[in-house]
Amino acid sequence: MTELPGLLTASDHRASDHRLLDEAIRKDFPILDRMIHDGKKLVYLDSAATSQKPRQVLDALNEYYERHNANVHRGVYTIAEEATALYEGARDKIAAFINAPSRDEVIFTKNASESLNLVANMLGWADEPYRVDHETEIVITEMEHHSNIVPWQLLSQRTGAKLKWFGITDDGRLDLSNIDEIITEKTKIVSFVLVSNILGTQNPVETIVRRAQEVGALVCVDASQAAPHQVLDVQALQADFVAFTGHKMAGPTGIGVLWGRQELLEDLPPFLGGGEMIETVSMHSSTYAPAPHKFEAGTPPIAQAVGLGAAVDYLTAIGMDRIAEHEHAITEYAVKRLLEVPDLRIIGPATAEDRGATISFTLGDIHPHDVGQVLDEQGIAVRVGHHCARPVCLRYGIPATTRASFYLYSTPAEVDALVEGLEHVRNFFG
Amino acid sequence: MKLDSMYQDVILDHYKHPHGRGLRDGDAEVHHVNPTCGDEITLRVRYEGSRIADVSYEGQGCSISQASASVLNDLLVGKELAEARKIQGTFLELMHSKGQLEPDDAMEEVLEDAIAFAGVSKYPARVKCALLSWMAWKDATAQALGDSATKETA
Repeated sequence: MTELPGLLTASDHRASDHRLLDEAIRKDFPILDRMIHDGKKLVYLDSAATSQKPRQVLDALNEYYERHNANVHRGVYTIAEEATALYEGARDKIAAFINAPSRDEVIFTKNASESLNLVANMLGWADEPYRVDHETEIVITEMEHHSNIVPWQLLSQRTGAKLKWFGITDDGRLDLSNIDEIITEKTKIVSFVLVSNILGTQNPVETIVRRAQEVGALVCVDASQAAPHQVLDVQALQADFVAFTGHKMAGPTGIGVLWGRQELLEDLPPFLGGGEMIETVSMHSSTYAPAPHKFEAGTPPIAQAVGLGAAVDYLTAIGMDRIAEHEHAITEYAVKRLLEVPDLRIIGPATAEDRGATISFTLGDIHPHDVGQVLDEQGIAVRVGHHCARPVCLRYGIPATTRASFYLYSTPAEVDALVEGLEHVRNFFG
Repeated sequence: MKLDSMYQDVILDHYKHPHGRGLRDGDAEVHHVNPTCGDEITLRVRYEGSRIADVSYEGQGCSISQASASVLNDLLVGKELAEARKIQGTFLELMHSKGQLEPDDAMEEVLEDAIAFAGVSKYPARVKCALLSWMAWKDATAQALGDSATKETA
């Protein structure tokens, strides 16, 4: 087998790229030292699926369980007060991270899927003027993750509302040429992804929001692949709802966020009922707590929220603009190197402009499963399959792709390892 | 190298030069997919009484799924149904062995080229790929022969 270069021996040319973060931050991520398959260093290129976690987040989780664990919003004893303060403190951190006008606009969920399902169900049960029914329309796009397709299909099937979507161009961008026909006076909600999890495309929010506002439709943005990688300012987006998940942004699994505009959260009905979300309960009826608690039935993911708060602290200390710059440099380098691999076709934008650090590709006729398996044997972890975005694969007439995705700890040497790994794949199946 | 125990030359040969590929006349046709990776197969069976006259197929997918269909064609065409079931049962046993089973001579005699898939059983994510065509064949046989075939299987 081809010998792979040592990971931390970046050439002078690369080391001098001032946009890259100091590779010392890799020491914060214990898993990156993991050796697999007889001494091969883990090359983790699947951060779009889930990111690795820094020691600071792992410590926050441990500290919470070892010193403060109690249920929130209930007890009068010391550690219950501490747990509540930590949980609500995490909400403050996230509110600041996304520039929310109010902390009460930040709803904790278990993941982005739950956040998106929550929006769909709020609208399905809402009164006028928000109500989605058989006379109205829902708009999504062909490049959505299944989590931003299926909740709207369910809502459409249950209410009779018509589901419409934007297509994708050959070069992996949203086709907005017919925007006035897709978003119409009948449109109640437009829900779309800010950065595609399969194509990497960064979508033009402003154009879509402007048209939605013209017709009085609400806008929901799936920011799962954006929140970890770039400055996310919900006020600048001018959306009504923004959904994302914690585990892709250095936080633990089991914690997601839905941000919603305050007046909407006041007007819209709850979805899940139970403890925590009520004001008073009798056997005949109940009244509800104000947002965000109205939408947080049951004991929430407390430790996970605390962990996400620690992740936000970690990312903020480095700086989201610096992380974005680092990833842009890595993406530029990766696009250039990957295009040098014979028979490799990038599915999505073939430049680093207006795209995130996620690159899908096909390699001749070699099936992505085989590509991923042979890469794994060299310690390289990539995702293979349809990436929960099967309509995109159908659009390009391919069964699946291989996807490499990068984060703040990714290095140019890891891109080199991938490229050499792909050469090995070609030789193996050639 | 560990990987070589999965991608045996026999498997790569079948992948690059599949046997019996292409759809021909059949008594029943099924379409099976492996939703986790998008492997697909369309498979037809033709019976002459209880003898398998043909298994024809078209598909797309990884080397393991496609090679497995080719090996299936080699092994099952021309066999009596009862014997084909025995082969399938043995192949299932091998694939569910999680790499713990050391195939003996008897097993090798039954499975012929399919014994090369022993290494695949160590990779849980890939076992489904190897079994795709075999499940499709079982389903198509049940459809072609009706209830009697299904009952015998149970």
